[in-house]
Amino acid sequence: MNPIVSRRASLVTGAVGLTALVGIAATVWLGLWVTPPAVGMGNLVRLLYIHPPVAWVCYLAFGVATAASLAYLWPRTRSRSWDRLAGASAELGVVFAALTLVTGSIWGYPTWGTWWTWDARLTTTALLAVLYVGYLAIRKVPGSPHVVARRSAVVAVLAFVDVPVNYLSVYWWKTLHQTGTVLDPSKQLKVHGIMAWTLLLGFVSFTLAYAWILVQRYRVAALEDHRDSDGLTSAIAERIAEGAGSPTRGTPSAAPAPTVSTSPAAASLGGNGAGSLARGVSSELDGASSVVAK
Amino acid sequence: MLSDARLVAAKDLRIEMRSKVATNQVLPFALVVLILFAFALNQDPPALAAAAPGLYWVAVLFSALLAVQRSFAIESADAAGEGMRLSGLDPAGIFLGKAAAVAVQLAVLEVLLAAGMAVLYGARLQDPAMLVASAGAATVGLASAGVLYAALAAELSVRETLLPLLLLPVLAPVLMSAARAWQDSMSGRPGLGVPWAELLVVFAVVYVSLGVVVAGPVMEVT
Repeated sequence: MNPIVSRRASLVTGAVGLTALVGIAATVWLGLWVTPPAVGMGNLVRLLYIHPPVAWVCYLAFGVATAASLAYLWPRTRSRSWDRLAGASAELGVVFAALTLVTGSIWGYPTWGTWWTWDARLTTTALLAVLYVGYLAIRKVPGSPHVVARRSAVVAVLAFVDVPVNYLSVYWWKTLHQTGTVLDPSKQLKVHGIMAWTLLLGFVSFTLAYAWILVQRYRVAALEDHRDSDGLTSAIAERIAEGAGSPTRGTPSAAPAPTVSTSPAAASLGGNGAGSLARGVSSELDGASSVVAK
Repeated sequence: MLSDARLVAAKDLRIEMRSKVATNQVLPFALVVLILFAFALNQDPPALAAAAPGLYWVAVLFSALLAVQRSFAIESADAAGEGMRLSGLDPAGIFLGKAAAVAVQLAVLEVLLAAGMAVLYGARLQDPAMLVASAGAATVGLASAGVLYAALAAELSVRETLLPLLLLPVLAPVLMSAARAWQDSMSGRPGLGVPWAELLVVFAVVYVSLGVVVAGPVMEVT
């Protein structure tokens, strides 16, 4: 177990991860062996249990990234935790957007006769992925943490404009892509029986998988931030010690900054104040778990 | 806010009038792009006339990229941008002013490029009302989204490479809608272009509104 994450938080996220894994396995089993082929679409309908849930998680991930970015931009709730959550969620959103495009393409080839077509839904999904790739690129541009967080948050909010356009594109334009998969425009269910339950399980399982990976990615981001800040603190302490006249320090080979905290776990366990750092990280991670749970 | 916007727009346009960067560099660049498209399509008149609206708006898009970069490059000398922000101007006013100045420059460029397209590609500019209406909405959208992203990228060392990555996907719907609206007009079916023109108006309204709201955080002095 990771020593700087509280035991309770680890157990909760572990349970979420396990449930997601079991749920996805059950979705695959039900989708491939138990559910019947559809009238008209035949066995191709089995992609129904993967493609819409993956697309839903893509929207959800970008929605969470935008909500967290808005929370960061709002002066009363401004906190680096929101920035980490936004970054983690956007990364997952890009992965799930790519998965949406790949699974859609696999479905499109036998149904439409082509891997790709310049359909409104496909085009806007590709644009959405590229927009958030730009967001991830701007996150990597160096700067003080709050400047990076602020400009990233603005880009995330601006990029989200494409999400409703993407969802509504199949209603606005005549497209090859079908309209809503689960509900028709009058909100009546279009899928029934075991197929509906399998689809529901797919939605729940992929959402849980997203939540689990999100928490793990958030933890890594928190560890990276603490490594950086701890590294700086240690470097300053060493320079102060040099100034105090320690003859063994200050040689070029003993330059302080590069030697500090290459391992986050070692950093948190090695020096004085490790306990308080661990408690600080744990409380932040608990906070993240509760955000995700909400 | 609006008086601040007027001040900033007048300042930017005055700088452009005096420096002549837009007329000496951006406009010739746009014409070069038009000529390159003709080379790429083997100088085939029917193909060029058919593709003219799309090629025209791609040339406008690239020029807009240069114009918005230029809009913030003029603020980098002598820390002029920081001076402007510290002078108490409303960030939303700065955004609106810069967007208005870019929109005016783009409008002039579009008129000249349209003449170039008519001459070089043999395109027929039919139904001017629809062309002007859709181009007007598209210009406001290009300028507002462009200025917003250029403001974000202005302080970055990698702005030249990052700005196109951030901005071009955002502007893709404008390119698509404007090209379709112009295509419908130029082929004598302006009625078909109305939904595209409406989409351009929605895009312009959304990005002007978002720009006014987020201008504060974007231009926050750090």
